[in-house]
Amino acid sequence: MDAKYTTHEFDVLVIGAGGAGLRAAIEASANGLKVALVCKSLLGKAHTVMAEGGIAAALGTVDSRDTWQQHFADTMIGGNLANHWQMAQIHALEAPDRVRELEKWGAVFDRTTDGKGNINVRHFGGHTYKRLAHVGDRTGLELLRTLQDRGVHQGIEVFMECTVYSLLKKENRVVGAFGYFRETGSPVLFKAKSIVLATGGIGKLYRVSSNSWECTGDGFALGYLAGAELADMEYVQFHPTGMVWPPSVRGLLITEGVRGEGGVFRNNLGKRFMFDYIPPKYKDKYASTEEEANTWFQKVIVEGRKEETVKERKPPELMSRDVVARALWTEIEQGRGFEHGGIHLDIATRRSAEDIKKKLPSMYHQFKQLADVDITKVPMEVGPTCHYMMGGIKVDPETQGSTIDGLFAAGECSAGMHGSNRLGGNSLSDLLVFGRRAGLSAAEYSKKIKTFEQIDESELDQLNHEMNRPFENPKGENAYAILSDLQQVMEKGAGMYREEKGMMNCLKELDQIKKRLEKVSTEGNRMFNPGWHTALDLRNLLIVGEAITRAALIRRESRGAHTRIDFLNYSESFSKTRVIVKKSAQEMQVSSENLSQIPKDFEAELIAKNILNEVVLNQLRGKIAAH
Amino acid sequence: MSNNSLGATARRDLWWLEPAGTFAVLVLFIAYAAWVGLSGTHYEWGPYLSPFYSPLFKPTWWPFSPAILVLIVPLGFRTTCYFYRRVYYRAFFMDPPACAVGEARKHYEGETKLLVFQNFHRFFVYLAVVFLVFFVIDDIHAMMWPINGILPNGQMAPGPKTFGIGLGTIIMVLDLIFLSFYTFGCHFLRHLVGGSLDCFSCSKTKETRHGIWKIISKLNEHHMAWGWISLGWVTFTDLYIRLCSMGIIHDVRIF
Amino acid sequence: MRSIRLKIFRGTSNSGEFKEYTLEVEEGMVVLDAIHRLQATQSPDLACRWNCKAGKCGSCSAEINGKPRLMCMTRLNDLPVNKTITIAPLQTFPIMKDLATDVSWNYQVNKKITPFTPKSNAEWHWEQKDIDRIQEFRKCIECFLCQDVCHVLRVHQKHSVYAGPRFFVRMAALEMHPIDSADRLPFLKTDAGLGYCNITKCCTQVCPESIAITDNAIIPLKERVVDRFYDPIFILFRKLFKKK
Ligand SMILES: Cc1cc2nc3c(=O)[nH]c(=O)nc-3n(C[C@H](O)[C@H](O)[C@H](O)COP(=O)(O)OP(=O)(O)OC[C@H]3O[C@@H](n4cnc5c(N)ncnc54)[C@H](O)[C@@H]3O)c2cc1C
Ligand code: SF4
Ligand code: SF4
Ligand code: FES
Ligand code: FES
Repeated sequence: MDAKYTTHEFDVLVIGAGGAGLRAAIEASANGLKVALVCKSLLGKAHTVMAEGGIAAALGTVDSRDTWQQHFADTMIGGNLANHWQMAQIHALEAPDRVRELEKWGAVFDRTTDGKGNINVRHFGGHTYKRLAHVGDRTGLELLRTLQDRGVHQGIEVFMECTVYSLLKKENRVVGAFGYFRETGSPVLFKAKSIVLATGGIGKLYRVSSNSWECTGDGFALGYLAGAELADMEYVQFHPTGMVWPPSVRGLLITEGVRGEGGVFRNNLGKRFMFDYIPPKYKDKYASTEEEANTWFQKVIVEGRKEETVKERKPPELMSRDVVARALWTEIEQGRGFEHGGIHLDIATRRSAEDIKKKLPSMYHQFKQLADVDITKVPMEVGPTCHYMMGGIKVDPETQGSTIDGLFAAGECSAGMHGSNRLGGNSLSDLLVFGRRAGLSAAEYSKKIKTFEQIDESELDQLNHEMNRPFENPKGENAYAILSDLQQVMEKGAGMYREEKGMMNCLKELDQIKKRLEKVSTEGNRMFNPGWHTALDLRNLLIVGEAITRAALIRRESRGAHTRIDFLNYSESFSKTRVIVKKSAQEMQVSSENLSQIPKDFEAELIAKNILNEVVLNQLRGKIAAH
Repeated sequence: MSNNSLGATARRDLWWLEPAGTFAVLVLFIAYAAWVGLSGTHYEWGPYLSPFYSPLFKPTWWPFSPAILVLIVPLGFRTTCYFYRRVYYRAFFMDPPACAVGEARKHYEGETKLLVFQNFHRFFVYLAVVFLVFFVIDDIHAMMWPINGILPNGQMAPGPKTFGIGLGTIIMVLDLIFLSFYTFGCHFLRHLVGGSLDCFSCSKTKETRHGIWKIISKLNEHHMAWGWISLGWVTFTDLYIRLCSMGIIHDVRIF
Repeated sequence: MRSIRLKIFRGTSNSGEFKEYTLEVEEGMVVLDAIHRLQATQSPDLACRWNCKAGKCGSCSAEINGKPRLMCMTRLNDLPVNKTITIAPLQTFPIMKDLATDVSWNYQVNKKITPFTPKSNAEWHWEQKDIDRIQEFRKCIECFLCQDVCHVLRVHQKHSVYAGPRFFVRMAALEMHPIDSADRLPFLKTDAGLGYCNITKCCTQVCPESIAITDNAIIPLKERVVDRFYDPIFILFRKLFKKK
């Protein structure tokens, strides 16, 4: 028996209480199963609360031209065709229903002003039409709170401040998970018939990041260690606009909403430089001169005219994140940045102080309180910050099932939906669409399983011992020092710009860090001990760091967020593959597999409707030159 | 770790300044109001009537100051007003004296038992609105000056009246304005006109009520400020008329 | 770089004391940065909660120099840094360890509130003006600072009969929703103990989201309760016309 460890039995165990985890748990529990939800912090604090700008869904409430097909195409083009097209399709099709469902559960989105009282939507980078349902600049909070209230009244059992350290398997099937309560440090065993991983991102791997401490890549590592395949790990999104000053808030996100509301970039020569960085794929869609962009701004943003009535094109500040982030990086690298190493993002000269305070209240306060800067008067100084992980656990596009039986993944820790670059707002909708699907599949899977498996106590003893190691090691290095070194190694070796030599070096350094980690030591005891938690999280970060670097090394082309200085173009052969990372007996095993392509007739249909452009497709497929 | 005796706190600022200050101001006001209310003299001069004595109601069987009959309304109104409740719960009852500061009384029932009468604030509000009408009448009177002037004892000389404005008129009109701003920013009125609705756009009447609700909400945001200002000004108005009546100062006829 | 002195509570609910630390800090740091630096350099097992470091998640609540605040939104510059800065856990809830308190009571209260219950025949259209009020309430990040400062909980420990300002805000958002049909007024009057609030507004003063808790949520709810349970005229009127 496993009486030595506190044991719980659940039909479905959901790890992670962000948008994806909550949505999965709600769905599984609505199917009549006994569901547990485990999360590292308090309920309602998951990283999802930080999402600001909105949730993308082709509701068509403001711009009637919008369709799910267009949303699909934008997602694919934004992701440079590295997406799993089927996930992008399911996402585009189901997102509107998920948003409306959220409203039925009590979410209160901003409304249109046309007297029809619909959900209002706003502009965001890479989306052809206004498409982001939002609540001021706290959309993630609204989403999370709504799901949270729905969930707790549905009888989901929540285990807060509980970290899962390892998944447990029988043959190729997950049967449970082992972890510890942060408060007491005591170990806990969850036996489960199926498990959904929804543990969010990896931001803490980089020094400058918009993510919270929770984003230590746990799901990736848990899946990996259990033998699941990871895909697309080379695609790490850097958001163009993070704060750069003061140092303590470096990386903190400035919502894309600032640009949506008319904000523009300028370098230290006062030049609005984005016009120089429009890639061929966006040439038709974005304004080519400042004059055109300003007319669009005047008509659409200031006068509030319907976009379909305006012939000018959108300003290039609204292009997808990978493009904008590279532009900023280049400007800064070439010495056209400002005193703290950033670029100016100016909204002050574009909108009235009242408008700014009304449309971007939390940005206004963020700068006022943290940097003593009044953004209604002076520009913000911004620079790229690590923001989102496109890669993750490889899943089936319809069921979200991983390569291990009974293990499902949704949200940021799963791969495929966003390709090589995620569009703003597509994550929140991803959480809902695929969270629901994962919950449903897990429920169906669990229904087929009759009993809980016995778990070998020695395996648990082994894990518990492993967790204890930092206390038993002789006094040595503390975890914070290692973390800080790891972040620097990753920033240097596998950051926004990559090349072979740097990455080889990075792997060597990661190896050294791995050795240091074995000797890490911690003070005190297991009760609520952040030093100890960090030591354990480092295992996960290291796995993810290595996976990113190895995958990036293999992909000898530049695509979306993955930029190789030594291979600057799209490559035809790489456009058809995705990189897979998997655990093997010795070291990490990296391989490529075919990337499933948009069916020909569907593609032809979209080209005929002018939703997709053949030239652009060929550029992204490396068939014709794009630079 | 927690220590909840009176004044216990880890706060470093001068938290006691606010309760002490309000305590002093309120005590002064109460003393002045009591003195004025009981005096029964010097509440009129020429066309002016002290707001403490309005509406002037002097039944022959009433041996005391006429103010006592009417002061009960503004007194009850202000005592049950949400803003004043906050002020005197803090400054007088020290429940709490300031935020995150310990309290003296261990037994606490809030507004559940003894203070449940606070829930009848609305009836004082109805009366207070009626009183505003009396103040309007008083102000109109304060613009009607006898052609033959004011007698040395402050009485109006007999004869026809004509339109006129003195400094006192302006003071009285301002008093009316401040009082109205205070009264119409009332939380109960805000609730009555629209706050009780869940949907504002559901019908034409509701749209209109929303419009009024918004105006009252604006006033309500500054309910505290108007509460203090009107309290100060009403005192000043009485003082002005009193001093005129006592002959200590002389009113200035402007028009 | 300059150095500051901190006095931080260390210990558990059973035993604990304030410990003094000296720390080098830089321009622009917030209190939470100082705590992080302490963890990294002097005291790795110092427990505290945080997530977003941007005032968005409401995890890092503590009492800084006696005032309930978010550590991530309190700049050292705005404190008298030449004197020792005291950082204590929230007083209203049991201490777990150091700066982390057991706030599970709040989650229990939340569970008792009747969730959003749309009218069955509802039309899902409404205008911005219908929801401006509730959107203010829904800004709440559940930092529980208002619960901490509210003297009904903090001093009088009425946890068993009182829901606290956070949940009045939540119930106000539900009660004022244009198509919600549930009735929470009896609950508010009895189990949630709305009457215990004496509208002294400390909750409003500490709310990092600047929600006008007392004026916009609590008082309107009190008025609704009066309509229903106290005002004889309204009660009579409802009896006569058989309205809810
Ligand atoms: C500042 C910011 C703004 C953003 N704005 C937008 C936006 O406007 N629109 C948009 O679409 N997207 C936005 N995003 C991205 C989006 O918020 C995230 O990608 C998304 O919230 C991820 O959700 P998730 O459910 O996958 O995971 P998360 O919300 O990160 O939740 C992860 C959960 O897993 C738990 N967990 C992790 N590891 C473990 C473990 N080992 N054991 C137990 N539990 C564990 C955590 O405690 C947490 O509850 C933004 C991101 C940031 C940082
Ligand atoms: S106003 Fe009411 S709820 Fe707010 S702190 Fe005071 S007593 Fe508590
Ligand atoms: S109402 Fe304000 S103070 Fe209270 S929990 Fe919410 S955000 Fe915090
Ligand atoms: S609340 Fe102050 S007058 Fe009614
Ligand atoms: S850390 Fe999220 S509010 Fe302070």
